[in-house]
Amino acid sequence: MQSLTKNLASKIALLPMIIISLTVFVGCIIYSFVYSLTGSKLIPALNYVGFKQYEMLFKSRKWDVAVENIFIYGFVFTIGCLVIGFLLAVLIDQKIRGESLFRTIFLYPYAMSFVVTGLVWKWVLNPTFGFEHSMHLWGFDWFKLDWLVNRELAIYAVCIAAVWQGAGFVMVLMLAGLRGIDDDIWKSLSIEGIPKWKSYLFVILPMIRPMVVTSIVLIAAGVVKVYDLILALTSGGPGFATTTPAMYVMENFFSRANLGQAFAASIIMFISVVCILAPWAYYEFYYRNKEAKA
Amino acid sequence: MKKLISILFSLLLPLSFTSASKAGGHMEAEVIHWWVSGGEQAAISKFAEAWEDMGGTWIDTAITGGDNARGTTVNRIIGGNPPTAAQFNISKQFVDLVEQGQLQSLEEVASAEGWRDFIYPPELIETCEFEGEFYCVPVNIHSAQWMWINNEVFEKAGVPKPNTIQDFIAVAPKIQEAGFIPLALGGQPWQEGLMFDVVASSTLGFPHMAKLYRDKDVEAFRDGKMEMVLQTYRDLNSFIDEGAPGRLWNDATAMVVEGKAAMQIMGDWARGEFAVAGKEAKVDYDCVIPGKEKYVALGGDVFVFPKNSDPKVKDIQLKMASMMVNPTVQANFNNAKGSLPMRLDVDTSAADACMQMGLELIQQPSAIMRENDDWNSPAFTSAWEDIISEFRNDPNYSVSAAMDDLEAVLTSGL
Amino acid sequence: MSVSSISIEPNGSKPKHLTIGRIGLYCFILMCALFFLMPLYVMIVTSLKDMDEIRSGNLLYIPKTLSFYAWPKAWSEACTGFVCEGLKPGLINSIKITVPSVIVSVSLGALNGYALAFWRFKGAYLFFGLCLFGAFIPYQVMVYPLLKIESAIGIYSSLPGIILVHTIFGMPILTLIFRNFYASLPIDLFKAARIDGGNFLKIFFYVIIPMSTPITIVAVILQVTGIWNDFLLGLVFAGRDNQPMTVQLNNIVQVDFGVAEYNVDMAATILTSMIPLAVYFISGRWFVRGIAAGAIKG
Repeated sequence: MQSLTKNLASKIALLPMIIISLTVFVGCIIYSFVYSLTGSKLIPALNYVGFKQYEMLFKSRKWDVAVENIFIYGFVFTIGCLVIGFLLAVLIDQKIRGESLFRTIFLYPYAMSFVVTGLVWKWVLNPTFGFEHSMHLWGFDWFKLDWLVNRELAIYAVCIAAVWQGAGFVMVLMLAGLRGIDDDIWKSLSIEGIPKWKSYLFVILPMIRPMVVTSIVLIAAGVVKVYDLILALTSGGPGFATTTPAMYVMENFFSRANLGQAFAASIIMFISVVCILAPWAYYEFYYRNKEAKA
Repeated sequence: MKKLISILFSLLLPLSFTSASKAGGHMEAEVIHWWVSGGEQAAISKFAEAWEDMGGTWIDTAITGGDNARGTTVNRIIGGNPPTAAQFNISKQFVDLVEQGQLQSLEEVASAEGWRDFIYPPELIETCEFEGEFYCVPVNIHSAQWMWINNEVFEKAGVPKPNTIQDFIAVAPKIQEAGFIPLALGGQPWQEGLMFDVVASSTLGFPHMAKLYRDKDVEAFRDGKMEMVLQTYRDLNSFIDEGAPGRLWNDATAMVVEGKAAMQIMGDWARGEFAVAGKEAKVDYDCVIPGKEKYVALGGDVFVFPKNSDPKVKDIQLKMASMMVNPTVQANFNNAKGSLPMRLDVDTSAADACMQMGLELIQQPSAIMRENDDWNSPAFTSAWEDIISEFRNDPNYSVSAAMDDLEAVLTSGL
Repeated sequence: MSVSSISIEPNGSKPKHLTIGRIGLYCFILMCALFFLMPLYVMIVTSLKDMDEIRSGNLLYIPKTLSFYAWPKAWSEACTGFVCEGLKPGLINSIKITVPSVIVSVSLGALNGYALAFWRFKGAYLFFGLCLFGAFIPYQVMVYPLLKIESAIGIYSSLPGIILVHTIFGMPILTLIFRNFYASLPIDLFKAARIDGGNFLKIFFYVIIPMSTPITIVAVILQVTGIWNDFLLGLVFAGRDNQPMTVQLNNIVQVDFGVAEYNVDMAATILTSMIPLAVYFISGRWFVRGIAAGAIKG
């Protein structure tokens, strides 16, 4: 009884999080699993079909392509955002003039809903009347930028637009971290004569580790859920060359009216995310804490 | 800080109360639909105006994108806050709702007004009838089987206008030599699927298509003709420009309107693009139904009425259903929308040359073709579409592999 | 806590002379800025052209004939369905939804992060892990259970309903960023406050919150953007009297069947993003260095 009332204020404060995690997040996983065993079409219905949905899922060519794409997209997008975000944050941190302006310039893509910005990128990347066409008009006939209509390269074109949209927010996160660093540290670094770029890479970057970790988690969550962006840019095409697991799930909810399949695909997504997330979470929260206490 | 929050909340509360009190008028109906653009908006206004003339209040919930609109309708039905009426297509999209008893039966007004006597073509009745009762009201017919042709381009290329897909393939190389893009296509799965259906239907004829889509007859599927169709479909690729993937349908129509491309295979809604650009039917552009036997594909929209525990709502819903089939309302609505009405006794004198073609053709019962969407669930049609789209985009996807995958969909029981 | 130690500009004097390094820095930043600005340029330019020019011209060119047609149309005349009032009607609704949702979700996130960083109890991290997991679930999967839950409580299709939904969706990431930020603060600060006699709430309000400005800005940017641009959740949960302006925006720009007026689309998108952009720009005043340092010394 005493351990229950210990730290009571904290427990009460975290009660909403606990309730929501259990009822909504865990609840929806259970809900999804139950209905993934049904033949639900347009609305959830309890017509049991065993594991048939999973069978169909793994037989699906589209799902294979989706899984492959999520790895490519995940890798390129994550590295792209981290590197560019950090670089931009460092650049802005250099006490440049017009900092507010530059920060808004790099961040504004994040503010614009992707329905129209996706359309603009589609125009720009379109070989017939986009950037390639403009280059031809200016005399550079050899210039080619037709990734978007190329089955192998389309996913990379998507990455370009995605990094354009997301790097700004990573920049802001990193900047918040950089701004939290005491001036004294900078003074001592310059006294010791360490060149700036080395300071950033080897001293400062480890110091803003929590921000980097936060960025990675945010980026990863974005990668797993990416939908609007790809829909706007390629509709999952050409064919289904740029489809992803989240898109597969969403289209089975919406246009395909195949809820059983959608729930089955989401369960597989959950399991994959847990397999990657759980070991990292354990390391991050238990292991490192034990180390810190020791 | 706390004071700030309380001020904010006190500002918000009166606002939400005012908007709530607006509701509660006489014969109030909330309608979810996806007709948000130009001509469509003019069309839905005809319904709204007719409703308000009857003394009702029309609450318009327009949501772009059929998927979004239907998704929202389903979500709200599940959540217990259904709209009064909701738009769906002539299709199997809403069958689940009927089976789970979520829709209001319209049989009362259907019997009283004799819908079965005037709804034309009678195939529309089959779409809405379940266990002898009407559960939806068809409001229009849109057909997909059109070749939209730019007359000038064909003249300049010095080739005759095609009557069938095969005719087109014969003259397309000359069009290319003359510097035009023979076939404009938007490379989205639904457009690729639509084009395939037109090629297949115009080549194989409706009875054969019914065997496939309605009966799932594998023998008919494997009789050698479908391979031919797939090959024809692939042949068309050489006449489509490389910028096609992802292109929107109206951007493809624009290519024909501006004379960059010779032809587009698209539904009758493409007519609107020509009209907006000031082009005249049969003069600047032509509309041809491909195939030796002409036919009209039966696509279009219906409205369903989710069940509501309040008996007043049922009354309102039946009145609205009745309004939608009224001949005058049908005339106004379909003229604005550019679609065919669902009854014959409607004044269609305002229709242009292309629509008149459709109206004449639909009077022949043998020319009426029900579509894949009408026979099969969205899961089936989109699985089918996936394969067609991949087939068009992947040159390594062989005809025989595509046949196998398509057969798997036919027999999948989706 | 001395307010005077908070600087508005980054500390230190601006370098007076332009070294090669400095020039290189500005060049590089300008090139990056160009890449980022390019789509916005296309959007603005397109919004000032008329449709004929858009259809036939080069998308990177400046308009031959300047046309302001698109802007008033997007704001107050564009038709979506029966209603022809453009984006304007939804503006109040979007504000009604965004402001409370941001306040509630960010406050809750900060409280959670604080509790997890400094007042951990057994099993707290398990729940946090479960919560974090929620960030990876595609939203439609969560919509069904939420529908049922909100319906049961009776707040479905209402303003509190949509506020609750946004709070739930924002909780995982917000808790994470606050928790990580607080975990990076010097623990001595907290220990000293406890010795001084502070309890859970006192330390939160008097010590932690004043130090949280940079991360709060980040959280507010995250939530304002996400909630302001949301459209599907608003459709389902907000009730028909509270539809956000993004529903109208989407109706204007995402046209499936019908003539697409690209210039109006661009104008509408720029108009809609004005609010988040304003938030980004204004937030600069609080994006400062030295607050943590000031707090320790002050």
